[in-house]
Order: sequence, then structure tokens, then C-alpha cells
Amino acid sequence: MSAISTPPLAVVEDNLPNDGRRRRNQRTTRIRGTRPGFWVYAGLGVVIVSAIFPYYWSFLIGSGDASTLNDPNMSWIPGGNFIANALTVVNNEAVNFWPALWNSIFSSTVIAASVVVFSTLAGWAFAKLHFRGSKGLLIFVVATLAVPTQLGVVPLYILFSDLGWTGQIGAIIVPALTSAFGVFWMTQYLSQTVPDELIEAARVDGASMLRTFWTVGVVAARPAAAMLFLFTFVGAWNQFFWPFIVLDRQSPTLPVALSLLQSNYFVDYSIVLAGVLLATIPLLILFAFAGKQLVSGIMAGAVKG
Amino acid sequence: MSFSDKLSRWDLKVSPYLYISPFFILFVIVGLFPIAYTAVISFQEWDLVRNTGEFVGFQQYIWILGQEQFWVALRNTFSIFILSSVPQIILALFIAAMLDRNIRAKTFWRMSVLLPFVMAPVAVALIFSNLFGDNHGLVNTVLTNWGLPAIPWHKNPFWSHIAIATMVNFRWTGYNALILLAAMQAVPREYYEAATVDGAGPFRQFWSITLPSLRPTLIFVIITSTIGGLQIFDEPRMYDQEGNGGADQQWLTITLYLYRIGWGEFNFGRAAALAWILFLIIMVIGLINLAITRRLVRDEGGRGVVRTSRRKKGAVQ
Repeated sequence: MSAISTPPLAVVEDNLPNDGRRRRNQRTTRIRGTRPGFWVYAGLGVVIVSAIFPYYWSFLIGSGDASTLNDPNMSWIPGGNFIANALTVVNNEAVNFWPALWNSIFSSTVIAASVVVFSTLAGWAFAKLHFRGSKGLLIFVVATLAVPTQLGVVPLYILFSDLGWTGQIGAIIVPALTSAFGVFWMTQYLSQTVPDELIEAARVDGASMLRTFWTVGVVAARPAAAMLFLFTFVGAWNQFFWPFIVLDRQSPTLPVALSLLQSNYFVDYSIVLAGVLLATIPLLILFAFAGKQLVSGIMAGAVKG
Repeated sequence: MSFSDKLSRWDLKVSPYLYISPFFILFVIVGLFPIAYTAVISFQEWDLVRNTGEFVGFQQYIWILGQEQFWVALRNTFSIFILSSVPQIILALFIAAMLDRNIRAKTFWRMSVLLPFVMAPVAVALIFSNLFGDNHGLVNTVLTNWGLPAIPWHKNPFWSHIAIATMVNFRWTGYNALILLAAMQAVPREYYEAATVDGAGPFRQFWSITLPSLRPTLIFVIITSTIGGLQIFDEPRMYDQEGNGGADQQWLTITLYLYRIGWGEFNFGRAAALAWILFLIIMVIGLINLAITRRLVRDEGGRGVVRTSRRKKGAVQ
């Protein structure tokens, strides 16, 4: 289940030690023309308002009460019930909010850490160590990116119910421990960031392969590893299809818990939307701290022509 | 040869395989094995109690293709896919073009554009299904206040697809804009300067320089949104309280149908067959999109050394 949302194929051009490349890069990213006029800011303003509006809307409704939505003279100023509504969600036994929060934090962290470790190891081998069959294996890994999640769901479910893992958090962690995309991302990054001479020098100095990997590879991979961690974390956090199938209602993840809000228990949208915002807050906090990294990760990840 | 030399050569030979092995071992168990096994199950009538299957040939495939619901789901999936991917990519192109200008506070704008991406699709779906409520939804309230008729967002298939596509677009447009922006920034600025000297306006420059240069990125964005778009599940599942894709299957998608067969009726043989059908559809549509994109956006912008040969080949086509 590597259907963690994937940033695009990486041709990382930042942080390149290669001189010619860097010069070209500086030239190409040089400022184009003068500051743009009003309409560009107006256009971007519209985009941003529509990006923020759903967040605001869920706060607006989530801070009101059941009557807010039906009120023809609905106010655009939030009410004072957000905390009360949020508490209703948190304390409702059908939702299992705290276990869900913990499951989401735990599974996303384990998944992201594991993907980073395995991808760095394999990416280093593909990028910098020469071995038989490396090209074919890498192409094979990339090709599997096109395979939809659904294709493995039935046997995985059978497998996990055989093992008695349905309802267990392990059932969503194990299939996501590796990511073909992560391997590819790391391969791309390391092959362009680490000059071969550096590895040869380390070898000449008598460093073992593992030592070279540790002192050269891991150090060089850090920025790419940070981005991969973030992407995988966000992707794992938002995953719904597989957790929805394999987890039971007692131990959901946050998206699965959210899906329970839209049931007959909760026709009251002020409570539903308070819950939605509440479940989004952890990722918003992450975004506030690491959003810049996430943006530069996406920016770096494009296939540049 | 000394022992340490031997050790070092052994190290050189074996290490790469050691480094890739954890990935491949896990990958085979949780990635490849299930895919292959799905094919096996799809030819079986699966018995849940005994947890084994009985070979039935192509019967499950034939059953699925004979279901009216399958074709409705296929139609809905395509409709939602087109309504989301086409406007999304066009809009992303425009946003990227705006971000590519020399604006102030670049990081602020880029981060704001990405803000929807961090929200879980389930959360997005809950908010938008509220906005698109038939009776008291904000959109219909605004429409009726303007004297326009309320839109049947849930009853009518087309409008339900619009509503679901809007959720997808909300979440992914900014993300795609940033990918396209990255590619735009790699276009050498001299081309624009030369074009300006030649008297080409901004629109002409966008069409003749920017767009052709973006071709590889556009292909990538289109292929990934095809793979993702045809698998859509979260948004249609959460669009109403029942999660069945509407009373008349107005927004039943293939994956929703797969879920219903697999975990509503617990017929794993049929679910597996449907998974394979979906996979084949994605492959076919992906290839078609690749061909269309390559044709539409001609590669006259490919100027790198590597590109010369491909451009020549393109000219022959």
C-alpha cells in the first residue's frame, strides 16, 4: 500500500555541488522583469481566499450551534461554541477520538521513519554503488508506482485477517513501511548530490562500505530525507481507504474517526465540522513549522525540462 | 591477498545487495505478492469460511462486466475524473504563471497555495458536502439569494460530480501549481528576453515558450492525476451519510463499488476481478493521456542537448 501521496519524480537541482549546473541555475532563476502589477496579487488573493475558506467555514459552523446553519441571517462572525462542540466530539464514545489521534501520530511517525531509512539505504545503493542488475531493478521499482492501491487490497485483507491483525494498527503500518517512490526520490537526489570522487576518496582512505554510507551518504541525504519524511507523514496521516477497510471502530485513525462523524449520530453539522477542524489541527501545526520545507520539497521535485 | 583485502572486496560486492534487500524483502511481501495474488483470487469463487477459493475461470470478470452498476460506476468515475483533472491543471498552470512573476513574499504565497493539501480528503469531503447541501448548503443559499434556482447537488448525477470534483480540485490545484512552478523556474530567462525583443506579448510567450518547456512536467502531472483520479474513493464515500454513492448510484465510483462488493457483500473473487479491471483501465487511460499530451504540447521548447534527438523523432511522427 504505497499509495501515500507522492511528490513527483525528483530531479533535484538545489544544493548541487556541480559548478556548471549551479551557474546555470543562478542565471535561470534570476528575477524576471519588474514587480508585477496589481492584478497578479489580486489573482493570487482570490486563490488564497478559496484555499482558506473551507478552514474558516468549518470554524464558523463548528463554533455555532445546530440552529446556525438554518438561520437565514447567518452571521459571518464565529460563535463561541467551538470548544463545547469539540468536547462533544472528543467525549463521544462512538468516535474514539483520543485513540484515533494516538494511532494517527504513531502510525504516521513509524511509517515515515521507516520509509526514510529503507529509501536512503536502497537509494544510496542504486545511486552510488555499482552492482549487477541495478538498472533493471530500479526501473522495476519505478514501474510499480503506476499500480493502484486497490490491486493489493483483497489479498492483504485476507492475509491480515488470517494473522488476526484486522483492527490492529500494525495492519496499516506494515504495508506502508516501504515506498517505491521514496527509493526513487533518494536515488535521484543522491546521484546528483554526491560526487563519485568523494566515495572513491573514502574508499582509498580505507573506509568500509557501511562507513562510507554513514559518513558520506547519510550526511548528504539529510535534506532529501527531511522532505521525504514530511511527505510520507502527511500522506500516511491522510490515508483513508485501507485503514477504513482494515481497522475497526474501536481503534480508528483520525480520518476513519472523522468518517464516523457523518453518521446518524451526528446530524448536527456544528459538531461534525468542529470535529473536522479539530482533527486537522495537528497537521496544521506541522505545516506551520515545516510548511516551508514541504513547499521546497515539491518545488525541488518537479521533472524539469 | 591479505585477509583485509579479501574482506574489503567482499564488502564491495555484497554491500549494495544488503542495502537494497530490506526494501525488496518488504516490497515483495506487502507489494508484489498481493498484486499477483489478486490475479489468482480474481479467477476464484472465494469461500470466506474456509478461506480458500475454487477456480471459476473468467466468471467473475464476466459477472462484473454484466452488471449495470459497473457501467454506471465507470461513467461516474470518468466524469468526476475529467471534471477534476482538466480544470485543475489549467488552473494550476495559471497559478504557477502568477507565482512565477517577481512577486513579493514568495514563500508566503507558495505556502498559502499549499494549505489545502494538508487537509485530509475525508475532512475536505465533509466540509464540501456541507457547502453543497441541497437544502441549507451555502452554495444554494447564495444562489437563491441571487434569484437563481437551487441546484440539486445530490440528486442530479452531473451536479454531484461537479461537487465531488470541486473537493478534488480544492486539495490538489495548489500542489500541482507548485510542481509546474518549479519547472517554469528552470526555463532560461533569456528566451523571454529574446521574445520580448521580438515583440511577443505575455500570452504569446506563455504559449510558445513556457508551455512547451513544461512538457515533461505536464506529462507527469497528468499521468499522476490519472492514476489518482480513477481510484477516487474518499470524497464520494463521504459525500452523504450513507456512503453508498447515492440512492441511484449518481456518484458511485469504481473503487466505491469495489468496496461494496468486497466488504459489503464480502465477495472477494469479484472484488479482485474488479481491481484488475480498474488497473487495466488506468493503464489504458494513462497511455492515451500520454499520447494526447505529447501531441498537444509540442516539444519545440526542448532545448537541452539530451532533447535534440527526441525532438527529431517527434518531427517524424
